[in-house]
Amino acid sequence: MAGGYHLPDSRGRFGAYGGRYVPETLMEPLIELEEAYKRLRDERSFREELDVLLRDYAGRPTPLYYAERLTKELGGAKIYLKREDLAFTGAHKINNALGQALLAKRMGKTRLVAETGAGQHGVATATVAARMGFRCTVYMGAEDMARQAVNVYRMRLLGAEVKRVDSGSKTLKDAINEALRDWATNVRDTHYLLGSAVGPHPYPMIVRDFQSVIGREIRAQILEREGRLPDLVVACVGGGSNAIGTFYPFIEDRDVKLVGVEAGGEGLETGRHAASLVGGSPGILHGMYSYVMQDEYGQIRTTHSVSAGLDYPGVGPEHAFLKEMGRAEYVAVGDRAALEAFLTLTRLEGIMPALEPAHAIAYIMDVAPTMRRDDIIVLTLSGRGDKDLDIVSRSLGGLF
Amino acid sequence: MSNISKVFKDSLASGRVVLIGYLTAGDPSLEQTRIYAEALVEGGVDVLELGVPFSDPVADGVTIQASAQRALAAGTKLLDVLRLSSTIKKSLKTPIVILSYLNPIYRMGFRKFFEEAGSSGVDGVVVPDLPVEESTEFREEARRAGVDTILLASPTTSEDRLDLILRASQGFVYLVSLLGVTGVRRELSPEALRILERVRARRERPYVAVGFGVSSPDHVKALVKGGAEGVIVGSALVKIVEENLDNPSKCLEQLRSFAARLKEATKF
Ligand SMILES: Cc1ncc(COP(=O)(O)O)c(C=O)c1O
Repeated sequence: MAGGYHLPDSRGRFGAYGGRYVPETLMEPLIELEEAYKRLRDERSFREELDVLLRDYAGRPTPLYYAERLTKELGGAKIYLKREDLAFTGAHKINNALGQALLAKRMGKTRLVAETGAGQHGVATATVAARMGFRCTVYMGAEDMARQAVNVYRMRLLGAEVKRVDSGSKTLKDAINEALRDWATNVRDTHYLLGSAVGPHPYPMIVRDFQSVIGREIRAQILEREGRLPDLVVACVGGGSNAIGTFYPFIEDRDVKLVGVEAGGEGLETGRHAASLVGGSPGILHGMYSYVMQDEYGQIRTTHSVSAGLDYPGVGPEHAFLKEMGRAEYVAVGDRAALEAFLTLTRLEGIMPALEPAHAIAYIMDVAPTMRRDDIIVLTLSGRGDKDLDIVSRSLGGLF
Repeated sequence: MSNISKVFKDSLASGRVVLIGYLTAGDPSLEQTRIYAEALVEGGVDVLELGVPFSDPVADGVTIQASAQRALAAGTKLLDVLRLSSTIKKSLKTPIVILSYLNPIYRMGFRKFFEEAGSSGVDGVVVPDLPVEESTEFREEARRAGVDTILLASPTTSEDRLDLILRASQGFVYLVSLLGVTGVRRELSPEALRILERVRARRERPYVAVGFGVSSPDHVKALVKGGAEGVIVGSALVKIVEENLDNPSKCLEQLRSFAARLKEATKF
């Protein structure tokens, strides 16, 4: 793949970003994980087992759908949607969960811990735990448990223990803290199945690699359909896993513009947002050196987004690097615009997106009309919206 | 020889291991922390460890998490903790170690932090999320300012990495006694004596102190017997602060008497 682009380096760095800033107890487990992954990723039986699961269990490849009515309505570039909402369990999270669970099995682990924000990664982890016979604990912030209640029930039905996190902002950030504490306590039999391209090395690399199936499929599908690569590739960015999985196979294609859409919440000027790359600064959180939302004293700030999956004060280190190199561009879209985009896509295409990718839809609603009719946009629709119907109905004020 | 190493040398020469006591600075206020720190020293604490509160303390259990929250709510900043060290040093010679997660220090800038720390009389720094591999620049700045960088080793640390850590750690090496986070425990982890033995077997090594979960005079006795040269008590002291938030004078008395009981147990 990507000929000249070989990151992270041996120290887990993407340029200055990344690294491994964790309590000593987690250092050896991370090194072990890195070694096991590097050994297994090229092993034929591992690849084959994963490919079969991705195909027969997760339903891959997911379709690349030409959104004809949305394209006409916006009157500009042709818009394709990569339908990760059709992947099993309803989001891209299953790609990474399957890969890491197989890895954990080969490493002889018997228990999985995970964090979850929107609940999609928790559901994906609980699902693969059921499928492969792991014990499973998922940490979830109290606020997220309230706003994504359906997913909490799904996880419990699948046999996972869902642990409520009441510390800090009671969202994804605090769930990751708790999962790290659990992992440090139970390292000998437990794998931490981290759900985004964040955290200490090797997680940003592993999660990227397992999610890159999205970008590889897009590449093959668009070449088949259009005979050329897209002009613009767009994905939403929480921790950045669906975005890096989408971008990675295009990094060397300089003519393909890459745009990541972060959560602008109530507006960047209000401080109530979750746009780490657009509105944050470099710092250390959850074992990585990357962009974080922090105050002038280095305390991590509480974030806000209507979408639980984007409500996180950090971002994967590879995105920090791509931003700094100017290879990808990052923008922020607020709660309101995301909700409007949710409704637009629902009404024009009959597709209810999760609120996370609704942010990306809102962005292309702005830029598609400024592009030419023979330009091509591909947007990763990272998940489906069922989990968000409560929030949507509340936010739309009983409109329906 | 640094002040910290000297305290180890003198204490061991007089038949006791070093007693290190932790408080989160600013819990419930900086002024109270100063008073409590003095009480700990009166009770027999040899080295004071002052925690800088952080929003995301991943190495800490619930007691120190809650303590950090109280200190942050009281507006405690890294620079305040350095000022507090400087105030304490006006009346006490007790070495002071600052415990901080990396981000507040990174944000201030390593050089500025160590200049301030050095001029505030800080003797050492422990950063729970800074492993030896990432610590080169940090240790360089610390050395310029004459401050010890104290590294941690844990039951999961491999022999190779233990070598690196023991070579790089200054003042002492901080042994994590268990798998997991800080917090009061009923029993001493069996891992504690195993990792202690592994470190004691090395010929070239700094002094060795054990922390995480060390909660009672009995734990201290067991560690002394296992060959520890220092013991670090954190959550058990912070719990006293937490249980006496509305009664500072009772808190002070309990801290002093608990420190004295721990001190009793440091004899070998
Ligand atoms: C549907 C969906 N999209 C996106 C995200 C954000 O995560 P990431 O940025 O890692 O893709 C989530 C996270 O929960 C999600 O559920």
